[in-house]
Amino acid sequence: MSNFSMNKTLEKPSQRILSWIARLFISILVPFVVFVVLYFGFRFLRDSQAPQIVITISAIVWGVGGSAALYGVTNWVIQRTNESWRKILTPFMFVGPAVAILGWYLFIPTIRSLVLSFYDRSSQNFVGFDNYAYLFSDASMQTAFVNNIIWLVVGTAGSVVLGLIIALLADRSRFEKVAKAIIFAPMAISFVGAGVIWKFMYAYRPVSSNQIGLLNAIVTFFGGDPQNWIVLRPWNTLFLIIILIWLQTGFAMVVLSAAIKTVPSQFLEAGRIDGASELRIIRSIVIPTIKSSLITVSTTILLITLKVFDIVYSMTNGLYGTEVLASQQYKQMFKFLHYGRGSAIAIIILVAVTPVIWYNLKQFGNREVF
Amino acid sequence: MRSMKRIAVICMIMLLIAPVMVFAGGKQEAADTPMEEPTQMTVRMFGAFRGEEAARFNEALKPFIERTGIDVIYEGSPEFETQILIQTEAGTPPDIAALPQPGLMMNLAERGFLKPLPQSVTSKIDANYTSAWKDLGSYNGDVYGVFHRVNAKSFVWYPKKEWEAAGYEIPTTWDEMIALSNQMIKDGKVPWSIGMESGGATGWVATDWMEDIMLRTAGPEVYDKWVNHTIAFDDPAVKKAATIMTDLWMDDSYVLGGPTNILTTNFGDAVAPLFSNPTQAMMHRQGNFITGFMPEAIQSNLVEEVGVFALPSIDPQWGTPVLGGGDQFVMFSDRPEVIQVMEYLTTWESCKDWAGAGGALFPHQDQDFNDYASTLEADLAKILVNAEVFRFDASDLMPAEVGAGTFWTGMADLVSGVKIDKVLAQIEKSWP
Amino acid sequence: MAQATPKSMKKTKTVQEVIVNAVLIFICIIWTLPTLGVFVTSFRDRDSVLDNGWWTSLSTPSEFTTQNYSQVLAGKDYSYTKSDGTVVVSRGDNMLGAFLNSITVTIPSVIIPILIAAFAAYGFAWLDFPGRKILFGCIVGLLVVPLQIALIPILRDYMKIGLNGSYLGIWLAHTGFGLALATYLLFNYISTIPRSIMESAFLDGASHFTTFVRLILPLSVPALASFAIFQFIWVWNDLLVALVFLSGAGQTVEVVTQRLLSIVGSRGQDWHLLTAGAFVSMLLPLTVFFALQRFFVRGLMAGSVKG
Repeated sequence: MSNFSMNKTLEKPSQRILSWIARLFISILVPFVVFVVLYFGFRFLRDSQAPQIVITISAIVWGVGGSAALYGVTNWVIQRTNESWRKILTPFMFVGPAVAILGWYLFIPTIRSLVLSFYDRSSQNFVGFDNYAYLFSDASMQTAFVNNIIWLVVGTAGSVVLGLIIALLADRSRFEKVAKAIIFAPMAISFVGAGVIWKFMYAYRPVSSNQIGLLNAIVTFFGGDPQNWIVLRPWNTLFLIIILIWLQTGFAMVVLSAAIKTVPSQFLEAGRIDGASELRIIRSIVIPTIKSSLITVSTTILLITLKVFDIVYSMTNGLYGTEVLASQQYKQMFKFLHYGRGSAIAIIILVAVTPVIWYNLKQFGNREVF
Repeated sequence: MRSMKRIAVICMIMLLIAPVMVFAGGKQEAADTPMEEPTQMTVRMFGAFRGEEAARFNEALKPFIERTGIDVIYEGSPEFETQILIQTEAGTPPDIAALPQPGLMMNLAERGFLKPLPQSVTSKIDANYTSAWKDLGSYNGDVYGVFHRVNAKSFVWYPKKEWEAAGYEIPTTWDEMIALSNQMIKDGKVPWSIGMESGGATGWVATDWMEDIMLRTAGPEVYDKWVNHTIAFDDPAVKKAATIMTDLWMDDSYVLGGPTNILTTNFGDAVAPLFSNPTQAMMHRQGNFITGFMPEAIQSNLVEEVGVFALPSIDPQWGTPVLGGGDQFVMFSDRPEVIQVMEYLTTWESCKDWAGAGGALFPHQDQDFNDYASTLEADLAKILVNAEVFRFDASDLMPAEVGAGTFWTGMADLVSGVKIDKVLAQIEKSWP
Repeated sequence: MAQATPKSMKKTKTVQEVIVNAVLIFICIIWTLPTLGVFVTSFRDRDSVLDNGWWTSLSTPSEFTTQNYSQVLAGKDYSYTKSDGTVVVSRGDNMLGAFLNSITVTIPSVIIPILIAAFAAYGFAWLDFPGRKILFGCIVGLLVVPLQIALIPILRDYMKIGLNGSYLGIWLAHTGFGLALATYLLFNYISTIPRSIMESAFLDGASHFTTFVRLILPLSVPALASFAIFQFIWVWNDLLVALVFLSGAGQTVEVVTQRLLSIVGSRGQDWHLLTAGAFVSMLLPLTVFFALQRFFVRGLMAGSVKG
């Protein structure tokens, strides 16, 4: 990390070298001190027996302050170099950490999974496409494929369409704020919590007993027989998807509602003066304007849906024909310890979403920045 | 601008140093405390049972802790089976784990995570257990597991007073039991209460039934072949067992609420209808641990309220074998204090308090049946210890893909209406 | 309709408004019912929960009890009778410690990825360097990677460097798994900041770092806050990552979701405790959401609306 920048020509060479060494020394010392301090912080948090609240506070200070300090120090070092070095190093500081972390946590594991998917359960012997062949012929995997498609179509469409309808309604209502808060609130509930809530909705008791699940209480109130919803094939998958819709519609609504607000009001007025019906206005003015938001929302929900395993895991554990790819992957990986098959499922999921991401990137390409 | 930045950097560094200061202080204290008690040793145990059962186990450990001063901490997790694998992979295993499946023990032993038991423990196992338990805890010639609390599953429970009032007699054969069930229906009663919901482990109640029937229709040798996959999973013998089971399970008049209710009733809640007011069902087949799930009032008066008989024989030549299971304790560390805990677990002293608290049976040869909470449990313990034919839960012995996978899901499918042939064929296909 | 006079237009408008509000209220009621049921149930005792539906208890509010909450917060009591007749009571785990742990895990897991992602988003949007597009494409591509595939490899890496069961380990894990989305969202926002604002800053001789800290970060508060809500909810509610990376540390470092899972008692289903526990776990994320809600929309949208 040399510094060739102009020094005062009056300085003696020995002085120049001395000050250069001093600066180099400081450039190394400061980051070093920071690292040492951070390291001791880490040791403290790992080994300390201090009261919980002390640990909580110092952990937060250490974690947040530490990462900020690392950026600060890096910048400090970069600023001490000359112009051309700075130009080269600055992007590293900005993009480097993100790339490094993503590389470690997601990219390399993905490559490793790809490799492992061609090996047997203990990752010892190469088996070619055996794992894939197994997955495409296994009965529960076939159920999972079919279910996943249902999840993707019904779950995504349900959340987005319902979100759009609610956003449009809320836009025209006086209770906009309250309504939006109510619809969004489920987003804040954990899958474990949502599992509790919906098990209670779908709870089933034999005909002779009191129903404690709301849905069955309604059914019996109108004279029907109570149904065991989460066991009822093939409808049980739909009942699970309802949970996803309940959780995700709020997200779609918030984003779409914001997009709707950006539709210039003179367009709407013009449409109304022309006598177009509300539905017509929505179809030919509002929707085209918010198209890119619709794409973003659909993509995000699609990705969430594809990876969703918590709902299935907590409601049925994949029983009664409700298996999806993500829950199968979890089982292969953590229950059956078949790393080969588990990895192969992950790769299948990955390949399945690639077109969606490709489409998104293309949309980006149309933007100014790129 | 520059000085601003410098100040910012200094502030950040100060922020970082602050916790270190705290840490220095904290560390000082931490360093001081062990000086006073230099021999404070901790053994961390991990298992699947929690809540009341964990409380009872802790009670059983107390004499040991008081005597040796070794701190033994037991933690239970509902996600134990996944967690233990993660912890071994992560290099942070507990000192001792209680593994419900022998297959899991073999897997961990094969990969070198477990420490074989030293002579001091194995000699105690030889002295205090029948060889069956030692074999279940061995892999490749080494002994790894110590069995402690075990369970026997081939029992049918009934509300004693209700039966006495109706004048029912304990059936001695399967046919008598079915005849009795029909009689109950005629009397306007529901004979059976069954519940198989058990979260991520849903299915084991049904596999237990299947195994009990297998032992009674095909005998222990065929049972072993079934476990080792020397006969196929869709073998006629297996199909026969499944048919006998579904004949009872899938009949709305035999089972409270019919098959749909079986699927979503928690196994622990399924015994409640026997003791509700009015009584909703007359019989419940479950392991001895079910007493812990009975209503408080019943538990405190087991002998007068609860009756129990062994699940009767189907084919007389096979009699009434006992099906059971149990957690084996294995060690991930061979520190002396860990070995001491393992030695303790082989003694009746470690079981006495738990036996007294109820809900557990023990395989220890030197046990005193008077220590059990009730004569009822003492009788069960005698059945277990003296059983002519004892077999370990098949699903725990099969590979996890089947035993904790397709066998469970298959049973759930079966009860939700899928045909027997299809279910058995699928399980057979999934055998690794 | 085309010939409508102003008066009839006004009338249709009121009719429309009534319909709109009616439908909206109907949807809101349906949306609230599940949560309401759990809320009511959390104040009922065990037996009545199993005996009849929660709606029946609304007519007898005097039977409500806060017992469940005190059991969840302070620890559930287990009691059993020993053979000599003495009753042993032992106290189960409480949720308070788990609450603090969740906070310790969550706050840095929210701030660290925001910081890193904001730097990266700025870099991708306003710095010119070779491989920029490819790198960014890769990051968006990584959005699809299910985090399950990373768990075992990362666990093994952690073992080598001793990060398992430490807070740093789980912060970094959450950072890694949330970073792709964070970079994607923040890029959407930061890239739409007008170039002219930036150029005036550079004319003043400010470095990229200064511009970023002084100008871009404050301007991006809505986007940062909206991602913060996301990440907060996700980390707070996460079970899987906590199960994997905190597992070795024992029960003293359990988070709320783990504790909630263990409340599902070994004695059947303790609905009354579960519902109370579920509510306790929801409190903080809901509060954070309502506190930051006003930022949410602006931040999330900025990029995609223009498109």
